[in-house]
Amino acid sequence: MLSVDIEKQLGEFSLKAAFEAAGGATALFGPSGAGKTSIISMIAGLMRPDRGHIRLDDQTLFDAAARIDVPAWRRRIGCVFQEGRLFPHLSVRHNLDYGRWMSGIAEDAKTLDHVVHLLDIGHLLDRRPGKLSGGERQRVAVGRALLARPRLLLLDEPLASLDAARKRDILPYLERLRDEARVPMIYVSHEPGDVKRIANHVVMLDRGRVTARDGVDLLT
Amino acid sequence: MNVLTLTDQDLTAILLSLRIASVATLVALPFGIAIALLLARRDFWGKSLVDALVHLPLVLPPVVTGYLLLITLGRNAPVGAFLADHFGIIFAFRWTGAVISCGVMAFPLMVRAIRLSIEAIDRRLEDAASTLGANRIWAFITITLPLALPGIIVGCMLAFARALGEFGATITFVSNIPGETQTISAAIYTLTQVPGGDAAALQLVVVAVIISLAALVASEWLARRATARLHGA
Repeated sequence: MLSVDIEKQLGEFSLKAAFEAAGGATALFGPSGAGKTSIISMIAGLMRPDRGHIRLDDQTLFDAAARIDVPAWRRRIGCVFQEGRLFPHLSVRHNLDYGRWMSGIAEDAKTLDHVVHLLDIGHLLDRRPGKLSGGERQRVAVGRALLARPRLLLLDEPLASLDAARKRDILPYLERLRDEARVPMIYVSHEPGDVKRIANHVVMLDRGRVTARDGVDLLT
Repeated sequence: MNVLTLTDQDLTAILLSLRIASVATLVALPFGIAIALLLARRDFWGKSLVDALVHLPLVLPPVVTGYLLLITLGRNAPVGAFLADHFGIIFAFRWTGAVISCGVMAFPLMVRAIRLSIEAIDRRLEDAASTLGANRIWAFITITLPLALPGIIVGCMLAFARALGEFGATITFVSNIPGETQTISAAIYTLTQVPGGDAAALQLVVVAVIISLAALVASEWLARRATARLHGA
C-alpha cells in the first residue's frame, strides 16, 4: 500500500496531491503539465517534496515534519522512464543485471529467465542499447527495473516515445507484467486507451490537484 | 649530418622528460577528475573563483607560475620548509619539483577536457542508477566515470604533451640540472646557448617532435576506441 500526501512548489506551478494505491496497477492520469512526472519523481526519491509524507507499506519514505527522507537508492522503487534511460556503455545483459549487482542480490538465473521470457528480450541480451528499437528499449527498461526486485514499480509514460504500432506491440507485455509479476504498479499516462487496458484504479490529476479517484470506469 | 647520435646526456634528458611528464599526469589525474566533477556538477559559492584559479597557469607567464611555486614550495619558503622538516619531502631542485611545476601547468588542459566530457553525460542516467540501488559513489564509478573515459584519455594526453613541453615554470622553480631537472626543453635551451651546439639541439628537437606526435596519435586512437566501445560499435 502506497500512501502519498505531498505539496511542492515548482516556480509558478503548485502541486498538492494526496492519494493511496494498493496492489495491482494504479494509473496517474491527466493532461501534460498536470504534475504526474513530478509526483513520480518524489515517490522515487529523485525530487524532494516541500511538505507532506510518502509511505510504502509500513515504511515512511518521506516525512517533512519528522525530517525523514530515505534516499532513492535505498527505497527499492523501480522506475521506467519515458526515454528508457538505459546505460549506453553496458550491454542489455549488464543493464538487466545492474540493479541486482548494486543491491547485492545473489545471482538468480530463474528470475532472470522468467523476466527475459516475460518481456521477450532473450535475443537482445548481448546488444548495446544504441542498437535497440524504441519498443525493445522500453521492454529492457521494464526488465531492468523488475530485476532489482522493487517493492513498487513506477512507469512514467513508458509508451509516450513510441508510435502507434510499437505501442500495440508493448501493451500486452505490460498487461502480463501486471498479472504475473505481482509488483504493484503506478502507471503514468495521458492516454485514456492505455490506462483502460493497464490500470485497475485511476487517480485523475489536473493542474497539480487530484480531481478524482476511482476505478477505471471513470474514463468512460 | 647524422641526425640521431644521442649522447648519454641527451638520453638522460629524454628519459627524465618522459618520467616527469608521466608522473605529473598520473598525479594530476585524480585531482583533475575531482575538480572537473565539482565544476561540472555542483553549484557553490565561489565556483567562478575556483574556475579562474584552475585556469590561471594557462594565462600567467610560466615564469610567474614557477616563481610562485618557488616562493611557496622552495626550501626556505613556508610550505616547502614545513614539508621538508616534517615529512622530508623536498621539491626544490629535485625532479619531483619538476613534476609539480609540470603538473600545475598541465592541470587546466586536463580539467577542461574532463569537465566537457562530464557535462555531456545525461545526469538522468545517474538518477536511473539510484533507483536501481546505486548510491552516489557507485553511480559515479559505474556510470559517470566510464562514460567520461574518452574525455579523461584526451585530458591525460593533453596534460602529458603540455608537461613534456614545459619549460618556463620548471626552469624557474627547479633550475636546469643535468640528470635531475634537465628536461628535453631545458637541454635544447642549454645547447643553443653554447657555440656549435646547434646540431645536438636539432637532434633533441627531432626527438621532441616524434614523442609529441606519437602522444597525439595515441590519444586520438585510444579516445576513438573508448568511444566505440562505449557505444557498442
